[in-house]
Amino acid sequence: MNSAQDEVVVRAHGLIRRFGSVVAVAGVNFDILRGEIFGLVGPDGAGKSTIMRMLAGVMGPDAGDIRLAGIDVVAEPERAKPYLSYMPQRFGLYEDMTVDENIFFYATLFEVPGPVRRERGAGLLEAAGLTPFRRRLAGQLSGGMKQKLGLVCALIHTPQVLLLDEPTTGVDPVSRRDFWGILYSLREQGVTIVLSTAYMDEAERCSRLALLHEGVVRYCDTPARLKQAMPGALLAVTPSPGTSARDVHAALIGAPCVLGLLLMGDHVNVRVDDAELRRADVAAWLIQHGIVNAEVCRIEPSIEDVFVALVGSQGKA
Amino acid sequence: MKLKRLLAIAYKETLQIWRDPRSLAIALLMPLMQMGLLGYGVSLDVRHVALCVYDQENSQISRALVQDFASSNWFAVVRQLHNEAELRDAMDRSVCIGAITIASNFTRTLDSSGTASVQAIFDATDVNTTNIAIGYAQGVIALVTADFERNWLRMHGELAQTVGSVDLEPRVMFNEALDSRNFIIPGVVAVILGLVGAQLTSLTVSREWERGTMEQLISTPVTALELMIGKLMPYFIVGLVDAGFCLIAAIFWFRVPFRGAFGTLAATTMLYTLVVLGIGYLVSVRIRSQLGASQVALLLTMLPTTLLSGYTFPIDQMPHFVQMITYAVYPRYFVTILRAVFLKGSGLSELIGPILALVVFAVLIIRIAARSFHKRLDER
Ligand SMILES: Nc1ncnc2c1ncn2[C@@H]1O[C@H](COP(=O)(O)OP(=O)(O)O)[C@@H](O)[C@H]1O
Ligand SMILES: [Mg+2]
Repeated sequence: MNSAQDEVVVRAHGLIRRFGSVVAVAGVNFDILRGEIFGLVGPDGAGKSTIMRMLAGVMGPDAGDIRLAGIDVVAEPERAKPYLSYMPQRFGLYEDMTVDENIFFYATLFEVPGPVRRERGAGLLEAAGLTPFRRRLAGQLSGGMKQKLGLVCALIHTPQVLLLDEPTTGVDPVSRRDFWGILYSLREQGVTIVLSTAYMDEAERCSRLALLHEGVVRYCDTPARLKQAMPGALLAVTPSPGTSARDVHAALIGAPCVLGLLLMGDHVNVRVDDAELRRADVAAWLIQHGIVNAEVCRIEPSIEDVFVALVGSQGKA
Repeated sequence: MKLKRLLAIAYKETLQIWRDPRSLAIALLMPLMQMGLLGYGVSLDVRHVALCVYDQENSQISRALVQDFASSNWFAVVRQLHNEAELRDAMDRSVCIGAITIASNFTRTLDSSGTASVQAIFDATDVNTTNIAIGYAQGVIALVTADFERNWLRMHGELAQTVGSVDLEPRVMFNEALDSRNFIIPGVVAVILGLVGAQLTSLTVSREWERGTMEQLISTPVTALELMIGKLMPYFIVGLVDAGFCLIAAIFWFRVPFRGAFGTLAATTMLYTLVVLGIGYLVSVRIRSQLGASQVALLLTMLPTTLLSGYTFPIDQMPHFVQMITYAVYPRYFVTILRAVFLKGSGLSELIGPILALVVFAVLIIRIAARSFHKRLDER
């Protein structure tokens, strides 16, 4: 490790934000290093958007500090803005303007020179698969294309920090792949990315995660270490054809060896204290409760399992 | 402040105005419609104007003349009068809006001199109706005269210069000068610009809040001042076009005499437009829903422009404390300016008082508006 890589680009310390009696953000701390893709993960209402807005300098905290590239965002938000790009959760571009017009507008606000804008714009549009739609009104793009256009506009200047609030919610798988392709190449260029998501599968792609629950960061680490931190082990119970996973789920509620349960569609994830010891216990319990021929095997936990195990609440699948 | 950013905002706003043809049409046509409505008052469609007739001669020719009035769609002869007192009484009690008096020597005068007069008296309380009615009466008389000329030609075989023409001698009661229209119409321009201008800009910021574009916009380095000036620029053009429409209508349609200089008119109109757009922008910054902003802008501008500007209710006839209030009402200064430029041909130097007042308003409102906008989602 060298010191450049360890450079803290975003630092949040003791962030608190209330709305009336609701405490949306209840004392949040994190350091984000240059080139990281830092994920804020949590269910709706966890406080992700509120944190993003405070980082972007469009909302002030009730207490706490934010430093972004060395600038005190709370005291001087305007000084930080040239260095950051923010994509709000709700689509924030002009639907009555074309793709090119939106890009031109945001490029000019960030004082990007014309030649740079044209070259960068063309490259970003190509990467986003939007080149054929340059003259289309933003309002007539699909959800996925809108989000990619948002990303293009956010990247038309070269931000040090990119803030993306649930950028891939409601986005089709192909657009999502394009999207992540752009994010990975940005990381190579040393851009620091903060994104929030309620999708646990997406969280796995981040370099570091903050598991957020009711305005508090419960755990903050790399996806791999978070998985190691999960107490116990995970078993997948796949019912035989003719039995539904829902029945398995229902049957396992109340089983003494079960620490946690997660219905996954065609199977049920069961958290236990010891995989080898409990496999037999789970199979026996199922037979006792009329479910035969279910397959029980050990699996690696996903971030969703980890989140449920650590935080005790479920996000979006 | 960066000029390029300011121009980017102005360009963006222009695109949005241009792409919204319905709002653009409303912005440009509404003032003309209001001009028509306020200019003609409620008597837009004047028909069957109640008319009394005092025919002192009661001859074949005079009765034919009265019949010509009665059979036109414009007039309804409601009563035959028999003396001056009745006439006075009918007018006082608003039995009719106008009265036609035909002298007892009408036929004789016409025969001997080839020209005779019919006197028309109109109640000019409602100036607009009266104006229109006089126009109609002149129309009727013109037809009568043409008839006489044809008859004369048939009987005499030649057309003498002054044969068989009947003149209408309009006389108005209660408002002898009949210059109210000239007096009111320039003020109407100030009223309309005051209402429409504030409406134009009242949506420009609230729209961004409502559509969710503000959150991203305020995350950029754009400054509040760039945003305000950039947004006001295109509306300034629209406002001036509106003002142009209204002024052209006043001069060429309502035929208000224009005795001033174009430069004076243009300069003062720009100044007033700035004030009016600033008011709308201020409202837009404070109220985040479009509907709310446009209604507040309307409420805020309605009273000052229509009642307190003095465009139709003379300020010097208002109660003293209301007169004091009108000093704080910006449209009154533009009403004063327009009237003076139109009717007296006043130049900038004679209008220095009201112009300075408008400058003060412009500076104050623009400053307050610029400071009212914070690049924050919450008001803190
Ligand atoms: N502008 C606001 N006014 C009032 N309450 C808010 C506002 N923004 C967020 N909240 C509340 O704060 C909490 C966190 O919201 P948010 O940050 O939007 O969560 P997330 O983005 O994770 O869904 C929620 O309870 C939400 O209702
Ligand atoms: Mg959110």
